[in-house]
Amino acid sequence: MIILFGVFLLTLMVITALAIVRSESLFSAVILTAIFSLLMAANFFLLDAADVALTEAAIGAGISTVLFLGALALTGEHESGKSKNRLLALGVVTVTTLIVIYATFDKPRLGDPEAPVHQHVGAWYLEKTPELIDIPNSVTAVLGSFRGYDTLGEVFVVFTAGIGVLFLLSARPIARPKNAAPAAEPGQGLRHYLVPRIVGRLLIPFIFLFGLYVQFHGDYGPGGGFQAGAIIASAVILYALLEGEAQALRAVPMSVLKWLVAGGALLYGAVGVAGMLMGGNFLDYSVLASDPITGQHIGIILIELGVGITVTGVLLCVFHAFAARGKL
Amino acid sequence: MELLGLYYYWVFAVLLMIGFYAVIAKPNLIKKLIGLSIFQAAVFLLYITMGKVEGGTAPIFQDGVSLYSNPLPQVLILTAIVVGISTTALGLGIVVRIKEEYGSIEEHEIQDRDRQ
Repeated sequence: MIILFGVFLLTLMVITALAIVRSESLFSAVILTAIFSLLMAANFFLLDAADVALTEAAIGAGISTVLFLGALALTGEHESGKSKNRLLALGVVTVTTLIVIYATFDKPRLGDPEAPVHQHVGAWYLEKTPELIDIPNSVTAVLGSFRGYDTLGEVFVVFTAGIGVLFLLSARPIARPKNAAPAAEPGQGLRHYLVPRIVGRLLIPFIFLFGLYVQFHGDYGPGGGFQAGAIIASAVILYALLEGEAQALRAVPMSVLKWLVAGGALLYGAVGVAGMLMGGNFLDYSVLASDPITGQHIGIILIELGVGITVTGVLLCVFHAFAARGKL
Repeated sequence: MELLGLYYYWVFAVLLMIGFYAVIAKPNLIKKLIGLSIFQAAVFLLYITMGKVEGGTAPIFQDGVSLYSNPLPQVLILTAIVVGISTTALGLGIVVRIKEEYGSIEEHEIQDRDRQ
């Protein structure tokens, strides 16, 4: 039964991807990407990746759609040009697909416990998590503790990308092109539409609560800072869409957001430095408390909090940067 | 199971190339970015497919379960998704600036203006 479901989802995904590439309206392409992400999330769930499915659903289907639509509002939603060198591109793509498909015959079969990928550190992480870190969710244990360096790096990439977007979009344009789309009406949001407004306002507190649950329950179930950051950011974005962007900026002003962007990454780094000051290595949480396992728990909760703060801050800054650009 | 496993890899190959086609053949910059996200999603699918263990469950420990899927590919992809959206946002920011300077986001129109 699950096999059938998997084949069904995969086929739907290919159809959606074809529709995305073929559609001439960028607006429908973006909405189809949201559907594509949701199918992808369902697929991840079938493949036992609950944490990844949660992230893909929150980010791919939620935030990414909003950002693409924000960009479309500034650039126009119709694709005018026809593909150039279409046959050449199709030829290259077909040949490459066939080569990759030929290569798949050499790959270990799906779910093979003897596959090389399960022979190295992956198995070690699963075996050592209960003993060294003692939290049920081994994805969080690997993310926060065993591979804390990687995650710190990822947080800084997110941080840098956020700074980059602010840098690109907060500069005033030198001369506005004549044929540019007229600036959108100042953000009134959906204030005049009663049903979305009431339903949305009812939902926002629960989305917040769910975000906090995902943040602080990440040790025990699917969740953690990356997912929680996206969920909390989407609650604020929903508020901005309903009540207008100015109102959302009054609730969470830009000055606070800037501190969030930097503060989360700093908190993560500070936990690492605290470990060094207390006699351990950088990002070694065992020394944070008298008992190594309690130290690991404290460290993981703190760095997940840092991740969540930075992700929320960056996503909201990017959203506001696009929204504010439309009003120039 | 044998054929389904191969089907997962084939879908990976097909999605990868659908995304790549959009990147090389479509002149619209936003369409290129959408193609890039499909390309990226295909790679995510490959990693997660490889992490699956037959008969295993999600790597969250619970009583009475002894077989779990590999957590490592999941960790890599989880962070990659968030990094992916940040870099896509950066790309969209650049596209918006190009639109402001050139008045267009179609590749050939931008090239024409550069040649003037």
